[in-house]
Amino acid sequence: MISNPFMAPATNPAAPELDEDQLLHVSLGPQHPSTHGVFRMNVVLDGETVVSLKPVFGYLHRNHEKIAEAVTYLSSMPFTDRLDYICPLTNNWAYARAVEQLAGIEVPERAEFIRVITAELTRLINHTAFVGFFLGDMGAWGSALMYAFREREKILDLFEDLTGARMMSNFMRFGGCRNDLPAGWAARASELVNGFPRFLDELENLIIGNEVLLARTQNVGALPKEALINGGITGPMLRAAGVAYDIRKAEPYGIYERFEFRVPLGETGDCYDRLMIRFLELRESLAILRQALAQLPDGPYINPKSKVRNFKPPVGEAYARIEGPKGELGFHLISDGSVNPFRYRIRPPSFINLTLIEDMCLGLDLADVVVILGSVDIVLGEVDR
Amino acid sequence: MMPDLAAILSRVQTALPAAALALRRNPGPAGQDSLLVAPADLVAVCRFLRDTPELAFDLLSNVTGVDWPDPATADAVAVPAEATAPAACGFLEVVYHLYSTPRRVGPLVLRARTADRAAAVQLPSVVAVYRSAEFQEREIYDLFGVIFTGHPDLRRILMWDEFLDHPLRKDYVAPDDYQYEPTPHDAVLEKAKLHYPAKAES
Repeated sequence: MISNPFMAPATNPAAPELDEDQLLHVSLGPQHPSTHGVFRMNVVLDGETVVSLKPVFGYLHRNHEKIAEAVTYLSSMPFTDRLDYICPLTNNWAYARAVEQLAGIEVPERAEFIRVITAELTRLINHTAFVGFFLGDMGAWGSALMYAFREREKILDLFEDLTGARMMSNFMRFGGCRNDLPAGWAARASELVNGFPRFLDELENLIIGNEVLLARTQNVGALPKEALINGGITGPMLRAAGVAYDIRKAEPYGIYERFEFRVPLGETGDCYDRLMIRFLELRESLAILRQALAQLPDGPYINPKSKVRNFKPPVGEAYARIEGPKGELGFHLISDGSVNPFRYRIRPPSFINLTLIEDMCLGLDLADVVVILGSVDIVLGEVDR
Repeated sequence: MMPDLAAILSRVQTALPAAALALRRNPGPAGQDSLLVAPADLVAVCRFLRDTPELAFDLLSNVTGVDWPDPATADAVAVPAEATAPAACGFLEVVYHLYSTPRRVGPLVLRARTADRAAAVQLPSVVAVYRSAEFQEREIYDLFGVIFTGHPDLRRILMWDEFLDHPLRKDYVAPDDYQYEPTPHDAVLEKAKLHYPAKAES
């Protein structure tokens, strides 16, 4: 039998005597604004208290991994945009990095800078959008999200100039990027980065300290840090509980070791810490962006030796991961020496961060479930793949 | 930082002398070698890797399945340190990527293999050691058909419960129509019968 001390209790210890006739079974979702897509939770309620919560996945499943086995390596790049469609550029980067490890491709310096700049801009998008959606989950529907989307749209304009698309960027290539920065792009990005703290001040003034926000988020959904690590939780969720584990620091990929930035940590890991950690990470992303835009070197934006047609990585396997805005985003690839991957696996942070959703919700009210789910920050395109 | 696999292997073999492990080289440039663990020893090895303070592999980041219909391909991709005879028929493989958050080491790649692809597809579940495997093992069961013994809640997770096949297997044949209830066209119905043999009998 299972003896993991971090397993969810079979019943909520706060309510030991449960009369099955008095329990209410609620199917939360799949069509519900708080589920961020098509996601369902089978919730059992004792009055208002959650006594069981089973997530149901798969409404958006298209077996991306199987499709990738039938197409060439590069053909999967546009599909990665559709995983976490809020942050396509970090998905591109994670996949490109896995293939570069698999085939042993070097990335030129300027390409690494472009990647860091686009990835950190993507983190700005994700975390500001998170704040908007999270407030929406708590009933402040619209206002905070519109503020967030106003700034997001400015970054998407930059992405449109760079990649040709607001969201489905398909920008990274094995050994670099698809094209160089357009003329004046870096200056416009600097302008945006310099103006961003003002927006952050505005947003923080708008919501932090709000009495309703504090009541809804503080002491909600916290778990011990050992349980979070054992449950595979990564990203801002883990750091909100005080675990200093950021892949940009723990396993510096790309050129992250050249930049000075701090890893913000929470204390309790409740929903309030998860919200605040995103605000603090936004400031650190801005610090990285300022340094990267100032140091941007000249040079090739893609490794001229990287092969596009008939690209066949040598036989072998590789697992590469990056610190995505939602957590550890990894790709595991196995090559049998042909043009198609033999095995293509995505390690989706949204999916694995939901492992402990039941543990976080047990014993709380139904309304807290919506806040906790919002604080996990999932995108169903990535959860169901 | 990549783990020192030879040192870990000797440490595990000292602590667990009965455990059958083999080092498998990765021929590719990534250089991520792996440890092939016998299924019976998998949970004990994972527990040892997690609980030994000098190793402290506390984060099981990624669990994934691989289908090897032709074992010769598997040996070409993950070459054994010592030459061993390839398995008689294909097998399903589960790959584990472990990291150590305090020591910042990883990935430590473990692999475990089922006896074949048809009947003996059981592997022990590591959920008792790493909770993060809970949904990922369900996904492997769903998409590859590996049965994890000891898993607390082994159900399909991405496909619907009535689905009968395992889509990520290499010999999977996609149906013409992905609807659960086949459309009432004779040709489609005939092909759907090939795909759902158990349903065709009823």
